Amino acid sequence: MRDDLFDLLWEALRETLYMIAWSSFFSLLLGLTLGILLVVTDKGHILQALPVQKTISLLINGVRSIPFIILIVILLPLSRLIVGTSLGPTAAIVALSIGTAPFLGRIIENSLKEVSGGKIEAAIAMGASPLAIIFRVLIPEALPALVRGVTIAIIGITECTAVAGAIGAGGLGSLAIRFGYQRFREDIMIATVLVIVLLVQAIQLTGDFIAKSIHNRRFKIE
Amino acid sequence: MIVVEQLTKTYQTTKGSVLALDRIDLQVRKGEIFGVIGFSGAGKSTLIRCLNRLEEPDSGRIRIGGDDITGLSGRRLRQARQKIGMIFQHFNLLDGKTVYHNVAFPLAVAGHPRDRIGRRVREILDLVGLADKEGAYPAQLSGGQKQRVGIARALANDPDVLLSDEATSALDPQTTYSILELLRDINRKLKLTIVLITHELEVLQHICDSMAVIENGRIVETGPVEKLFLNPESDTARKFVGVLEQYRAKRDLIEGMGAGI
Repeated sequence: MRDDLFDLLWEALRETLYMIAWSSFFSLLLGLTLGILLVVTDKGHILQALPVQKTISLLINGVRSIPFIILIVILLPLSRLIVGTSLGPTAAIVALSIGTAPFLGRIIENSLKEVSGGKIEAAIAMGASPLAIIFRVLIPEALPALVRGVTIAIIGITECTAVAGAIGAGGLGSLAIRFGYQRFREDIMIATVLVIVLLVQAIQLTGDFIAKSIHNRRFKIE
Repeated sequence: MIVVEQLTKTYQTTKGSVLALDRIDLQVRKGEIFGVIGFSGAGKSTLIRCLNRLEEPDSGRIRIGGDDITGLSGRRLRQARQKIGMIFQHFNLLDGKTVYHNVAFPLAVAGHPRDRIGRRVREILDLVGLADKEGAYPAQLSGGQKQRVGIARALANDPDVLLSDEATSALDPQTTYSILELLRDINRKLKLTIVLITHELEVLQHICDSMAVIENGRIVETGPVEKLFLNPESDTARKFVGVLEQYRAKRDLIEGMGAGI
């Protein structure tokens, strides 16, 4: 073990956290939009529009079928256009957000579909508008499931930052490849893997805790 | 108050189309409790769900108060729905909201200011006897309490009509009785017109003024509730009353034996 280990690791961890935070944020915005649209435009739902539903579904499947490492390369010009560079963590956020949003969209779709039709009908019967039903019924009622789903997606994003790191995005993945693998620094390899494992555990535990506390507040009988 | 004319509804299934409602004509007077009774699959649920357009009828007309319900769409339909309360067999409360916020929901949707919502929610919770439960979540309530929240929610916007879709079918007899008492109480206090559908004869007997019997999507009998018991004309009505009579005869026999005859 050499004394540069800590500095390298700290810098890489900060880059990774930066990528995870912003990618999760944008991915959530995009994913929520996709997930909500998939649900409400489906047959028999509040804004039925089957052509829209089918188009979004096809788009999601299309993006999801492209391996992430190739998607990053395809999206390089877009990164250059939006953030002005195709290198570094900031550039990776563009690819990470777009690459993971379809996955998140599917997860959100599944959670929202669990909200019983009776609750939606009751809201319709009370004269609620489609927007009120989405934001006051669908999302709040699905919240524990949404939190669990988003947790899975953030861990997925964490994995993807490591892949992005392999082709110039920086972060822990990059450190593991450039130092651990290419320069035979076994200590760095072990340390990065360890940090990533801890990071994923922390994300999962936080997600579980939030979902559980929402669930308990609603369903625990005192 | 409520006038239904030639209401027809068919469902498309994989086996072809099913006629759920066949040229239904109905009239409900203002302030009365009107019961629609029928066996499962007779079309009673479809009928009540057409009244606030949860189901889209194929043809016919529905008028409630001054509104031509069948002619409305978009915002106008939503506004009309705010004046038609509805309660459900499985309550359909929002699990993520407290009793207070469940009852506040229709008021918030209608765009009332927060202080007015607060006053109205407390007033209405008081009326249904749940003033002490406003901070509870639905999962912490009994079935009867849940239906009381459902009723409070349906009454929040001060509707002209209350639709009850088998509201007591998931409750035990004692709770059913207390909910029926509450409905009758509200009917008198607020002069609220109530349309309810049921497959329980006791419900009709207990609180309804008038009734209609529905059979295979058709209204086969209508009139005051006593008529059903004194002079049932339709097949469905005879079957319903027949079951009741059978039990009464059996009970008389057993009690008679007990008296040592």
